[in-house]
Amino acid sequence: MNMTTTLAGVTFKNPVMTASGTFGSGMEYSEFVDLNKLGAVVTKGVSNVPWPGNPTPRVTEVYGGMLNAIGLQNPGVDVFMERDLKFLQDFDTKVIVNVCGKTVKDYVEVVEKLSDRDDVSMLEINVSCPNVKEGAIAFGQKAVALCNITSEIKKHAKQPVIMKLSPNVTDITEMARAAEAAGSDALSLINTITGMKIDINRRKFALANKTGGMSGPAIKPIAVRMVYQVHNAVKIPIIGMGGIANAEDAIEFMMAGASAVSVGAMNFVDPYVTEKIVTGIEDFMAKNNIENITDIIGCVE
Amino acid sequence: MKKKVVARLISQCEIAPGIFDMWLETELASCAKPGQFVGVFTKDKSKLLPRPISICEIDNEKNALRLVYRNNGEGTGTNEFSTYEKGDKVELLGVLGNGFPFEKAEGKKVFLMGGGIGVPPILQLAKQIGDPDAQIIVGYRDSKTFLREDFEKYGRVYIATEDGSVGSKGNVMNAISDNDLKCDVIYACGPMPMLRAIKKFAEEKCVPAYISLEEHMACGVGACLGCVVKTKEVDHHSHVNNARICTDGPVFLASEVEI
Repeated sequence: MNMTTTLAGVTFKNPVMTASGTFGSGMEYSEFVDLNKLGAVVTKGVSNVPWPGNPTPRVTEVYGGMLNAIGLQNPGVDVFMERDLKFLQDFDTKVIVNVCGKTVKDYVEVVEKLSDRDDVSMLEINVSCPNVKEGAIAFGQKAVALCNITSEIKKHAKQPVIMKLSPNVTDITEMARAAEAAGSDALSLINTITGMKIDINRRKFALANKTGGMSGPAIKPIAVRMVYQVHNAVKIPIIGMGGIANAEDAIEFMMAGASAVSVGAMNFVDPYVTEKIVTGIEDFMAKNNIENITDIIGCVE
Repeated sequence: MKKKVVARLISQCEIAPGIFDMWLETELASCAKPGQFVGVFTKDKSKLLPRPISICEIDNEKNALRLVYRNNGEGTGTNEFSTYEKGDKVELLGVLGNGFPFEKAEGKKVFLMGGGIGVPPILQLAKQIGDPDAQIIVGYRDSKTFLREDFEKYGRVYIATEDGSVGSKGNVMNAISDNDLKCDVIYACGPMPMLRAIKKFAEEKCVPAYISLEEHMACGVGACLGCVVKTKEVDHHSHVNNARICTDGPVFLASEVEI
């Protein structure tokens, strides 16, 4: 039985990854999960300088999911390289670094600092965070802007580049094609869906930021549909995510066209979930006589 | 070591209107400290996130934790918890947070202060400090002074009620002035206005105050950065002025946080 999956020339021991922002750099969850069992750790977004993030409340629960507006708080790429990447070197798992910025120059600065790190397998470019005022999603909602930032990053990146797409667009396939045309090596989708919650007793927004990104099992059908659409629109591989809670969900995303999957909000519900999904996929493969996990990618009819 | 475990409910009763007192048998008891908390999961799977609830009491012999919490009403997770009966299984994530540095009370005149639903964690703290002269100052809305008898076993109890029905009329600060109380160190848990008043009082009197903070949480283990508090200094983890309440706290030295 072969669990390996390859994206843009990088081979992962299995297709199960962590969704950026939900898992830190793995440090906190290494108390629960053996990081060596995961296909990859996708780290929390990192920028050129430290970002303080948004005021609190930053998180709130909604039916079948949650809203967050953390605002990409991070310690900046220098601390990240010294502390977080160093921590991850002790584990036999691939590292994908999520990169964020306010301007193209900010992104490029981070990408360049990471360029000679052979412990970073891929770069995931966050052009889809809905919770920051500048940058991020501003690059991910217009095909021309997405095209520009992708080609600019490709000029400087030594590792293969994954553009992470926002679902907050009219047609996600247009964005996927734009990223592919500009040289993106792979795509991640979906980032969170912009939502809002109001506390009717206090007549106040539940989040200080007013809006937040929705994640959790309630968004899964939207994410599966988008992965399927994008898989049929581009040739580059997809990392699928959005509400994955168990092995069945992961397999569903792969059958829709994802070459790998990321688990996000459900880490908060079950800190052991990523490892359980790896085992669950193995069981499914054994039961259904699937030799290679890659055989099921996009197999839905 | 943090874990997600299945606890078994030993007993539950309503000790004041909307205030529930639950004992859970769980292996987490052996590593719990006063001021720490657990994340309690609902059985209703439309509610994903663990509810952070402070530990009110630890029974190492029975391997049990006591949680005293407010039922937030129809449709909420705590409303579901209030329906649990003896023998029911309850999923917990714990033990979370740093807890109160109770060893700093040794040989000192202490204030142990709780307000509203911030009263429960003060009980295990009082028990652990074990000083019959500890000044336990607790504030309630009205005469439903839950946990009062428990507190009386572990120190001198001063009560404040908003309606003046028991003890000092007003809040815990009124109880301090009414009884002319003095201290070298403060431990407190309660609503934000109370904690702000304590921070100010501690600064005036030049005494350390260890306050337990609350915020909306998601992961509970320090990964998601959902629950932060502004800090005076750039903290070691975030490298910005934001400490994680779930992991770096919930207990902070009042002088180090901006509330």
